[in-house]
Amino acid sequence: MKTKARTPYLFLLPYLALFLVFIILPMLVAIGLSFTDFNTIQMPNLAGFKNYINLITQDSIFMQYVLPNTITYALIVGPGGYILAFLVAWALAQLTRIPRIVLTLIMYSPSITGLLAMQVLWRIIFSGDRTGYLNSYLIKFGIITEPILWLTDARYLLTIMIIVGLWSSMGSGFLAMLAGLLNADEELYEAGAIDGVKNRFQQMIYITIPTMKPQMLFGAVMAIVGCFNNGMIGVQLSGSNPTPGYAGQLMVNHIDDYGFIRYEMGYAAAVSVALLAVIFFFSIVATKLFTEKD
Amino acid sequence: MAYKGNNINPQRFDRGQIKLYVILAPLIIFMLLPIIYIFCHAFKPMDELFAFPPRFFVQRPTLSNFANLSKTARNAGIPMSKYVFNSIIVTLAVVIGGVIISTMAAFALSKMKFKLKGAIFQMNQAALMFVPTAVMIPRFMIITGIHVNNTYWAHILPLLAMPVSLFLIKQFIDGVPDALIEAAQMDGANTLWIYTKVVIPLIKPAIATGVILSFQQVWQYVESSNYYVNTDGMKTLAFYMTSLVNVNNVVAGQGISAAAGLIMFVPNLILFIILQKDVMNTMAHSGIK
Repeated sequence: MKTKARTPYLFLLPYLALFLVFIILPMLVAIGLSFTDFNTIQMPNLAGFKNYINLITQDSIFMQYVLPNTITYALIVGPGGYILAFLVAWALAQLTRIPRIVLTLIMYSPSITGLLAMQVLWRIIFSGDRTGYLNSYLIKFGIITEPILWLTDARYLLTIMIIVGLWSSMGSGFLAMLAGLLNADEELYEAGAIDGVKNRFQQMIYITIPTMKPQMLFGAVMAIVGCFNNGMIGVQLSGSNPTPGYAGQLMVNHIDDYGFIRYEMGYAAAVSVALLAVIFFFSIVATKLFTEKD
Repeated sequence: MAYKGNNINPQRFDRGQIKLYVILAPLIIFMLLPIIYIFCHAFKPMDELFAFPPRFFVQRPTLSNFANLSKTARNAGIPMSKYVFNSIIVTLAVVIGGVIISTMAAFALSKMKFKLKGAIFQMNQAALMFVPTAVMIPRFMIITGIHVNNTYWAHILPLLAMPVSLFLIKQFIDGVPDALIEAAQMDGANTLWIYTKVVIPLIKPAIATGVILSFQQVWQYVESSNYYVNTDGMKTLAFYMTSLVNVNNVVAGQGISAAAGLIMFVPNLILFIILQKDVMNTMAHSGIK
């Protein structure tokens, strides 16, 4: 439509102002701070690449626990949760309307329980004494004899975080893929049948996925964001930051630890920038996979 | 082999669907049990919370956990109603404000022609990846820098611009025929009139989705109360519930915690159930090209 030259900018102004101040500016500030030794009390001094060099060479906790934990967690909950969400959406799309709506609600609701309900719920289920639900059932069926301290034992924490992460991974990306599947073009499937596509699985690989690449990409982006946004879950489950034996320490917790517990803001900012870089890397991979090549 | 349809969105039940149910069954149990469980737990009386061996389902449901929840608040000096009030103000401001600014921006990005259009849309699309927890510290400094800590603004401002909401609404407006807008322009309507009287009524599903997404964020937002607001009376219900849960680690507190978790979760659930048709309708336009 034709408008006066300034009209579009007037319509964009409120959103854009807030977007710049609360999304873009924080990222720039994080990058700037990461080159300083800011500690909230003294004026920050330029520190060059010192924070980054320390992060890679001095911070043994980061290298030994935080980075491997983050990569393990992100690789399983991100792509794993994403594939699961797609397969569930694909199965649900082939059901009749009423059961599909009910099951969609069941699959989607864990993702909206929120950190608090998630924390309460899983803390009770994995509670470490005999009255804990999992312990009580495992003892009853004779699988274990003594209750296990699920959430404070370094051996189990990350696994439990991954289980909880997967449980809550079917959010808007899942809904988007389901909607994409339901809007499939009937003619393509007919053509596919003529070309020798035989079963549901072949249909999925040769027709469904290529036709809904845009939704697949949206789903992938949502999966990445969702998995990094849940980064606090380890601290919430175990009740302490740092987590027992750093077993559930993710980059988000490391930022919190240095920034708001030790007040080494410059260093924490360097970790933030590293986290943003990791997220950015994942997003490039997703975009490469699902962008139409034409 | 004869073509039997694409199996998508079938009208009737057939035997081929049975195996899908069988495959889905374990997953349904895994997803559903914890949800049922927190509902049960929140309504359990004291002796059932302590029962050994623990029972999954509630036998004699009671509201005592919810009653204790508000009693604890009264003992702490600040009535729970204050937190509820704060949360309602903040939630309404974010949801309404967020929808207004993102529909306006989406309308401009979708239907108007201007120089920076492509760049702004691309930037917003890249920001879909934005993970707020990664930049807690700079956000804290910005909030302090613009002197809004200890005000409602500290809860509201960081959540107003929501890239995913703008993205979905913009994709939806793309589906509104240009002819409609041109016709209105021919009749002499100005841009503001077209926005409020033509576009807004046509994009109700996308607005509903924006409402749901920003509600989910703001209703459970504790970062602002943790870091930007120090006055207890200015904090939100989500913060109060979280602090309650963190001091109630013992079994006696479990019932109260479950009740608190439920209060944070159920509004999300109800809103989604009411608006799920609109959300699915919007999500059909969600593709990133």
